[in-house]
Amino acid sequence: MNKDYVIEATGLVKSYGDNRVLNGVDLQVERGTMLALLGPNGAGKTTTVRILSTLLGFDAGTVKVEGHDIIRDADKVRSVIGLTGQSAAVDELLTGRENLVMMGRLYRLTKASAKARADELLTDFDLQDAADRPAKTYSGGMRRRLDLAVSLIATPPVIFLDEPTTGLDPRSRLSMWAIIRKLMDGGTTILLTTQYLEEADQLADQIVVIDGGKVIAKGTSAELKSKVGKDRLELVFKDAAALKAARKALGKDVISTDDKEYSATLVINDTNTDVKRVLDALVSAKISVQSMAVHKPTLDDVFLSLTGKTNNQVEQEEQ
Amino acid sequence: MATPLVFENRPKIIMALLDSWIMIKRSCTHILRNTDQLLGTFFQPIMFLVLFATVFGGAISKALPPGISYLDFLMAGIIIQTVAFGSTTTAVAVCNDLQKGIIDRFRSLPMNNLAVLNGHVVSDLLRNSISTVVMLLTGLIIGFRSHASALNWLAIVGLILLFTLAFSWLAAIVGVVAKSVEAVQWLTFVMIFPLTFASSAFVPTASMNSVLRVFAVNQPITQVVEAVRALILGTPVGNHVWLAVIWCLGILIVAIPLASWLFKRKSA
Ligand SMILES: Nc1ncnc2c1ncn2[C@@H]1O[C@H](COP(=O)(O)OP(=O)(O)OP(=O)(O)O)[C@@H](O)[C@H]1O
Ligand SMILES: [Mg+2]
Repeated sequence: MNKDYVIEATGLVKSYGDNRVLNGVDLQVERGTMLALLGPNGAGKTTTVRILSTLLGFDAGTVKVEGHDIIRDADKVRSVIGLTGQSAAVDELLTGRENLVMMGRLYRLTKASAKARADELLTDFDLQDAADRPAKTYSGGMRRRLDLAVSLIATPPVIFLDEPTTGLDPRSRLSMWAIIRKLMDGGTTILLTTQYLEEADQLADQIVVIDGGKVIAKGTSAELKSKVGKDRLELVFKDAAALKAARKALGKDVISTDDKEYSATLVINDTNTDVKRVLDALVSAKISVQSMAVHKPTLDDVFLSLTGKTNNQVEQEEQ
Repeated sequence: MATPLVFENRPKIIMALLDSWIMIKRSCTHILRNTDQLLGTFFQPIMFLVLFATVFGGAISKALPPGISYLDFLMAGIIIQTVAFGSTTTAVAVCNDLQKGIIDRFRSLPMNNLAVLNGHVVSDLLRNSISTVVMLLTGLIIGFRSHASALNWLAIVGLILLFTLAFSWLAAIVGVVAKSVEAVQWLTFVMIFPLTFASSAFVPTASMNSVLRVFAVNQPITQVVEAVRALILGTPVGNHVWLAVIWCLGILIVAIPLASWLFKRKSA
């Protein structure tokens, strides 16, 4: 087992006073993959990202990024990472282009190179029209895109994205996802944090769920889902009589029914064979189905079963 | 992606200087783009100069040596006062940067972090130069006349710049230590208000009571004001120029390392 880990954190512990915010977090991110750090508000996501990106000290554990020790070789780490923090870190009074060129220069790019790269990013991120306006006139989505563009100015091989789509409307979120996918296609190693289960599901190779400063689950999204349960088939019938007949025909496969919606839910192991078998049984019993759908367990189910709460409940408790 | 990137390959010290230069340009751009603040930079000195000259002029001119108008006496004081209060802007700028996410970005870069402070402090020289020029022009319009030689003016410019730099570094400390911009505002106020008013900036110290006078005569602003005033009026400068320079250098020697240390600690 000699995997090529770009980010490797072992036993991270961090306390603020008596408040132990991280309590032994282990993370490994393989080269060219994305790890999503998933957790509710206050789980310790930002704290982890700040530590891994050299911004914050910690009490115990070791961290290596591209083989450099984060404490001893902080400057070396800084030259291979890009960070897009949770709150947009652009200079409001400078224009988009000036922001990019300035950060490029601070990344040690030559003036010509920084300018050329800024042009490239403004095009890629659909910001040409606003390039020469101060960033304070940007919309939330534009600002977030500029923020990400800034952290890519020197094409760092490792990127940290702390909740890159929080507060974006669905369209902006999709365009941000497209940008992130393009980065992944380019071979960038990414650590992304999110509260949106769907986002981790859509983008990440590996998911680590943290809560209360501890890793409570890790794996691919399929692995996490399979921990929670199997696929479910939902059938809707025309009336109560049809539902009753179906129940009889399908027997113990039915796990629940809804008498108002005339629907029945079944657990299936293999979508292809089981769905066919159920339909065959219904056809031979001459029962017609109004609609049917296969539900995969969502990461919301994962979250619920791991933390005992759904993400929405966590959000409501915060308020 | 498309074009390959080209990185600077120069000695570390050059790169550190370059970082500071980049941050100075940033802060200067802030000053020029922040139109509200820029208006203040223009009109506040005009207002102070005209108000002080007209309101106090009549009463105080009796206490002045014969042949010196209050406006000519006031000029040095009002310039130094404006510069001292102007340093508040440095403190606010430093504090603002530390409150916002941008400081995290700077810190995640392989740059020299003290460049951020250098940028704010040095750009302060630009803003204060604007104020000072505006004030001198306004003064000339309402009757200020100086007999200072070119050499004297050179010394005046040098002293004002040195003083600005010293107070900007003091302000940088306040900006780093303060928890909010509101705190910065009152902290700099309680620091600078007594220093400027309990000095010879607006009135001759001879008219003060003895306790106040001991303080006023021995504090840095009086030294700087007296030195600049003597240079403007063409009267003997005595020890004031040297004492002013020593005060400013002393402040710099303490304030630069202290501000840098506090900044590193705060942003770590
Ligand atoms: N500077 C600080 N001082 C004290 N406590 C802090 C500090 N920063 C964070 N914390 C605490 O650490 C815990 C984890 O915070 P963190 O910001 O890492 O959470 P998060 O997972 O990023 O949450 P969110 O989804 O809200 O961004 C929280 O309980 C928070 O109150
Ligand atoms: Mg966070």
